[in-house]
Amino acid sequence: MSFISYLINGISLGSVYAIIALGYTMVYGIAKMLNFAHGDVIMVGGFAVFTVVSTCGLPPAVGILVAVVICTALGMVIERVAYKPLRNAASPLAVLITAIGVSYLLQNVALLVFGANTKSFTSVVSIQPLKLADGKLMISGETIVTIIAGIIIMICLTLFVNKTKAGQAMLAVSEDKGAAQLMGINVNGTIALTFAIGSALAAVAGVLLCSSYPSLTPYTGAMPGIKAFVAAVFGGIGSIPGAMIGGILLGIIEILGKAYISSQMADAIVFAVLIVVLLVKPTGILGKNIQEKV
Amino acid sequence: MALLEVKNLTISFGGLRAVDDFKLTIKKGQLYGLIGPNGAGKTTVFNLLTGVYKPDEGIIRLEEKDITGLKTIEINKAGIARTFQNIRLFKELSVLDNVKVGLHNNYPYHTLEGIFRLPGYYRMEKKMNEKAMELLKVFDLDNEADYLAANLPYGKQRKLEIARALATDPKLLLLDEPAAGMNPNETGELMDTIRFVRKEFDMTVLLIEHDMKLVSGICEELTVLNFGRILTQGRTADVLNDPQVITAYLGE
Amino acid sequence: MNKMNAKLKLSKTAKSNAITYLIVIVVYLAVQILLAGGHVSSLMEGLLVPLCIYVMLAVSLNLTVGILGELSLGHAGFMCVGAFAGAFFSKCTQGAMPDGIRFFLALVLGAVAAGVFGIIIGIPVLRLKGDYLAIVTLAFGEIIKNLVNVLYIGRDSDGFHFSMKDSISLHLKEDGEVLINGAQGITGTPHDASFTVGIILILLSLFIILNLVNSRDGRAIMSIRDNRIAAESVGINITKYKLMAFSISASIAGVAGVLYAHNLSTLTALPKNFGYNMSIMILVFVVLGGIGNIRGSILAAVILTLLPELLRGLSDYRMLIYAVVLIVMMLFNWSPKAVAWKESMKEKYFSGFQKKTGAGASAVNTEKKEVK
Repeated sequence: MSFISYLINGISLGSVYAIIALGYTMVYGIAKMLNFAHGDVIMVGGFAVFTVVSTCGLPPAVGILVAVVICTALGMVIERVAYKPLRNAASPLAVLITAIGVSYLLQNVALLVFGANTKSFTSVVSIQPLKLADGKLMISGETIVTIIAGIIIMICLTLFVNKTKAGQAMLAVSEDKGAAQLMGINVNGTIALTFAIGSALAAVAGVLLCSSYPSLTPYTGAMPGIKAFVAAVFGGIGSIPGAMIGGILLGIIEILGKAYISSQMADAIVFAVLIVVLLVKPTGILGKNIQEKV
Repeated sequence: MALLEVKNLTISFGGLRAVDDFKLTIKKGQLYGLIGPNGAGKTTVFNLLTGVYKPDEGIIRLEEKDITGLKTIEINKAGIARTFQNIRLFKELSVLDNVKVGLHNNYPYHTLEGIFRLPGYYRMEKKMNEKAMELLKVFDLDNEADYLAANLPYGKQRKLEIARALATDPKLLLLDEPAAGMNPNETGELMDTIRFVRKEFDMTVLLIEHDMKLVSGICEELTVLNFGRILTQGRTADVLNDPQVITAYLGE
Repeated sequence: MNKMNAKLKLSKTAKSNAITYLIVIVVYLAVQILLAGGHVSSLMEGLLVPLCIYVMLAVSLNLTVGILGELSLGHAGFMCVGAFAGAFFSKCTQGAMPDGIRFFLALVLGAVAAGVFGIIIGIPVLRLKGDYLAIVTLAFGEIIKNLVNVLYIGRDSDGFHFSMKDSISLHLKEDGEVLINGAQGITGTPHDASFTVGIILILLSLFIILNLVNSRDGRAIMSIRDNRIAAESVGINITKYKLMAFSISASIAGVAGVLYAHNLSTLTALPKNFGYNMSIMILVFVVLGGIGNIRGSILAAVILTLLPELLRGLSDYRMLIYAVVLIVMMLFNWSPKAVAWKESMKEKYFSGFQKKTGAGASAVNTEKKEVK
């Protein structure tokens, strides 16, 4: 029974990773950059909800809405100010380092505004835990909401990318920026939209993450950000279904590793699995294999 | 004696036979041309000869030695060097250093001799510099030795690629569209250079080219590829007058 | 004429290298004079050895990122290996030999251990490219840090005992001593590190890297960076040279680790010192200093280490300013518009300036990877 409950917790954590990884993978696919600040947008989302709900005493729904709006705007501003000027820089490392700078910036602004103390986050979920098998298996409301939210987001995003014009433009830009531009696609707008969606997802992920693990500091987003990046690579970076699979698998591996092997080694196990996967399939589970032509 | 002997060379990419039953015999000292319309599989033949791709079938012999399926660097050591259709220089290295990378395997000294600047380092570096400058002079690049390769004009970049390939001291030199993007003057110069290289270095050359002036001007024999198969093979004049070849190029 | 050209070039790099060494030596002497005059605050004095460590890390990572052209985010992992190997050795042999020799051997051991890790990790990992390589090196760095945190080694009259669980499972006898105590790390490492030793190690690292770069093997490494396929076509053994650069880079990071360990009484593997954040910080030095520019790495490491301290008066705002400075510097140094603007300025004020090397490549070189 405990195995099943671990598994469900794993899927729940994995859903959060998957939602973050979706943002990572979309941004990577389209801008070909590792957005190291993505994890910190999660933290901003968490603090937005915290301020609205705990400090101002407004209902959680308002908090979530505010968080999504703030993070979306933040994502677009970051893209416009810090990343866009470097889009054609001589080295792809330039924008990576700038992203690191943005990450530091967000962390330190949060540090100034909210202080270094851990804030205890009030869960936005008010659903009662689900008791199964005569109370031997208990699934918390947060877990249920997280998994459902994860599923809904994945379905919506897949539909958006495959069925809408903007989504198709996104695919086109990620395939070939120059060609997309020649076909009349607004490349800058599409990239901005991608950042907006990715950041909105990060806000949702932030709320879900903080509801399940209710401690909030300026550094809350950093590790989940890295893990989600691992998840995105794991599933094949640039691939939307890959990010989902990668995220969920990563969550399951982490929780099971913690439960059955060693809690101290859980992160190491996650990273070790990533290495093994990449060595067997260098572009991740669903990644395309691109060979350089000679 | 045949320097290069290729038989039954075949490779498919996802069901498409990019090169099918290719054969070729090049005698030592020959200037040989490989022509055909775009997408005929010419560069694929080069990639097969240099080990970038492994053939599905067939055999490649260099001076009687079977080199089929060897790795690129082993094939280079066996004596085949090449240039690329889209120039691949070491852009952030100087012109001189580009050639010195080509000299790498023939002028060895130990890593530690290099780090601790032991006599072996100075001896070999001196020899390398002399040899590299000699090669650059052949291609009239000696005055640009200190330039970054990326800053050379296009025509000189093509020449530098040939110089770098020659630096590996090959028996057979493969040139992939050496005249692409050159004006008639530069092409004429290039023809002279290729002839000179053959004479001076006792070189055998196999080249891919679309410029018919260059092909008819310097190649002694030709192979025409179309849709991955050999259309015809033989002496240049005969091949170029073959109605089949004219059809392949101009269409029906 | 030709020979003169070749000779000219040799002496030019030699001159540039000499300037680099000279800068380090002059700075060393200046600091010594300031120290003797009592003009250095104890805070700054405490920063001297860390400065040396960061410079070594930056310079060594530049070998991987700038010279080999591969992105590594696990450099702190190699530093960690070196630190623990060196500290463990010193802890075991303290008193058994003269301090100087012991420290020297610890440095050698740290270099070898980190180098071996570099090879072990490099063999599978260097097949990957770009961002995949980056994430895997990050993963390895985190794994190393995690493993060190659950490593317990003790010694008693029976010899060494290992455990991955806790110090009790070492089952030491009465006379036993825990040498590496899991997350508590190693305590009581002798304080052998000094600014002078740090500077000597920097000079040694520079000597190795600069001479390697300007040799046959260095050219091979750079040729892989510039065009792997072309390098292969002229007979360069890709795996060999990638591993060479990667392991030398790891070795120097290992030596920096040994220095780090011998500068502290307690050595623990925290996210702060050996985590990916540290690796990223080193990468920041490298990129900001100019990828492939060794002297720039030194400068960036020094400035970025001193900056937060110089801003200490601004207390809470200092890391914020640091972040803003980082972003602005990156935009100014790398955005094509800023680069073009700087070029035009240069042309305006140094119109006689002959553009021969460098510069131009970075501004124009935006085309995609060739297809054929």
